[in-house]
Amino acid sequence: MELSGSEILIQFLKDEGVKHIFGYPGGAVLHIYDALQKQDDVEHILVRHEQGATHAADGYARATGKPGVCLVTSGPGATNAVTGIATAYLDSIPLVVITGQVPSHAIGSDAFQEVDAVGITRACVKHNFLVKDLNKLTETLKKAFYVATTGRPGPVVVDIPKDITAPHIKIPYEYPEKIKMRSYNPNLKGHPRQIKRAVELMLGAKRPMFYTGGGIVMGEASAELRTLVRKLGYPITQTLMGLGAFPGTDPQFIGMLGMHGTYEANMAMHECDVLICIGARFDDRITGVPSKFCPYAQIIHVDIDPSSISKIVNADIPIVGSARQVLTEMLKALEKTGMEPDRNVLDTWWKTIKAWQQQESFAYDQGPDVIQPQTAVEELYKVTNGDAYVTSDVGQHQMYAAQFYPFDEPRRWINSGGLGTMGFGLPAAMGVKLAFPDKDVACVTGEGSIQMCIQELSTCLQYNLPVKIINLNNRYLGMVRQWQEFFYEKRYSHVYMDSLPDFVKLAEAYGHVGIRVDKPADLHDAMVEAFKLKDRTVFLDIMTDQEANVYPMISSGKAHNEMDISPLQQKIQATLKASGELV
Amino acid sequence: MRHIISLLVENEAGALSRISGLFSARGYNIESLTVATTEDQTLSRMTIITTGSDRIIEQITKQLNKLVDVVKLQDFTEGNFIEREMMFVKVKAEGEAERSEVNRLSEIFRARIIDVTDTTFCIELTGSGDKLDAYISALHENSILEVVRSGSMGILRGEKALTI
Repeated sequence: MELSGSEILIQFLKDEGVKHIFGYPGGAVLHIYDALQKQDDVEHILVRHEQGATHAADGYARATGKPGVCLVTSGPGATNAVTGIATAYLDSIPLVVITGQVPSHAIGSDAFQEVDAVGITRACVKHNFLVKDLNKLTETLKKAFYVATTGRPGPVVVDIPKDITAPHIKIPYEYPEKIKMRSYNPNLKGHPRQIKRAVELMLGAKRPMFYTGGGIVMGEASAELRTLVRKLGYPITQTLMGLGAFPGTDPQFIGMLGMHGTYEANMAMHECDVLICIGARFDDRITGVPSKFCPYAQIIHVDIDPSSISKIVNADIPIVGSARQVLTEMLKALEKTGMEPDRNVLDTWWKTIKAWQQQESFAYDQGPDVIQPQTAVEELYKVTNGDAYVTSDVGQHQMYAAQFYPFDEPRRWINSGGLGTMGFGLPAAMGVKLAFPDKDVACVTGEGSIQMCIQELSTCLQYNLPVKIINLNNRYLGMVRQWQEFFYEKRYSHVYMDSLPDFVKLAEAYGHVGIRVDKPADLHDAMVEAFKLKDRTVFLDIMTDQEANVYPMISSGKAHNEMDISPLQQKIQATLKASGELV
Repeated sequence: MRHIISLLVENEAGALSRISGLFSARGYNIESLTVATTEDQTLSRMTIITTGSDRIIEQITKQLNKLVDVVKLQDFTEGNFIEREMMFVKVKAEGEAERSEVNRLSEIFRARIIDVTDTTFCIELTGSGDKLDAYISALHENSILEVVRSGSMGILRGEKALTI
């Protein structure tokens, strides 16, 4: 089969099993778009901004586990994609981003719409390629998908000069089933002796704690994790990125940990004597100050990326391998010992944890007049039966969503954890809805974040992607305001959005349904209405308490047992203490 | 502590900037870096001299290994290895006394004079970094016109070799 570079690209995507790509045309990719137009196996979603393309592909990848694919033009097309690429990089999401480039002969001449895409993206990709020879295009594409999806996944950029895609130059094409790279061989299998040691340490623990992250989700290790955690009966906490891998409604799950984690999860982290970390990376939003992190614990750390191990916190038993393989081996090793944890010792630990849980660290007071943001998320949970795909933007609403929407399945909670990219939520929701058209997809956002990629409302209409936008509108950049309240003596600097658009009219202008909710009493009906309109994108503009804060909070420099707790929790704590239930 | 890390890298455009970019992006020190292709044209050999605590060096080697272009890597520091650096020095030497002084010094250091004019010498010297430093300090400061150093390269002693 003789094909042009453009045809090779499209044929390759087809052979690789790619059904959808997200992109935006331009001069350097005109040949590719022409080839794209002549077929209908690969569906192209035209976004309204390249950042939207990368986030949509990212959301698609997070929800499905398949790589997300983008196609953008050179120059501004590539630079606009950078934020989305970096977002995927920080959260280890497999993306393949095809960027057009000026023709080979013009590279380096400051040609129209020329940027060094490979140079600019180098710091935020797992790997990138510049295709200099048409004969290497197929191999390079295969390598790109291979690198993006294996080991610790991540985004890969393939920069293709326009001449490589010229329609009149054709070469033979054959889909390569496999590729070998001498310099890239991710290790998946954990060391058996280390696994044995880890299991022994786990069994002997008095105050054990599972701490797992996005590696379980990305590594498809949810089933194995559930089996192991339930077999041992240990408490488990999950990072923002790991939510859903272990069911959020399971009593063994004691909530998210870290800066805005539950009181009980953070206290248990501080007090535990054996910490079993799988597929998490001791991010600073988790550890706080590393020197005060888990002071009594021996640490088992399982990660597919050797450089994650002992980077921030020293691991006593490091295990390099895929979460799924290592967990499978751990289960076998556990079985082999024929041993069980000491139930009496474990009961004591659980009693301690339950006492912490009694303090209800997420407690809030709804009241009759103003909608609390937590209520809105709880309402969303009820109306969707806890079964929706929820994407979020970045800020207070993101934390409320993580705290108040317990996910029972992996890949349901989709947010930018590492980079914290505002503008992620809506395009990500589009990607999810495209992958799962029959599922409820909600984007929990705020009036700040939503405006960073609001143009994608137009894409939702064009491709019939009826997502539900849950806008927690507090007329503030809430998280920044919270920090200014706590740490800058309420000097609110540039956080008041006093010229907000009328989101209802805006949604309508884009051809969607907009509903504004002001009163707590109206919230339920509005939410029901939004999800009843199956075929419509609905923008639910919910006016929430302007100065609500996210609690608990670990301020910088503090340890896990030094959380700032909400005024309400302080009251509960005092009452419990007075009644002698809390020592 | 000072470490000497030797790498085999895919001889691809951009491999060098990936590696130097890693050092700058993560704030690691880099004392010197040398690179050239090997007998296998698809591979480059690189020697990096860096400093840092054990923890940082561990991260450096892990991060380098993570780069897709890095085929193989070894930290020579703990092992038995040879390290050499090359230097060119151009000195001003006009009077008879001055010229013979440079000659004498070069002999002591086993340096070679590779270019001569009526007023200058160009000297080539190979050795450890310390030896090169010593040679420079032995010269009259005012006489040095320019110094070109290659940065260190290293190789393991004996039968051990860094190959694929």
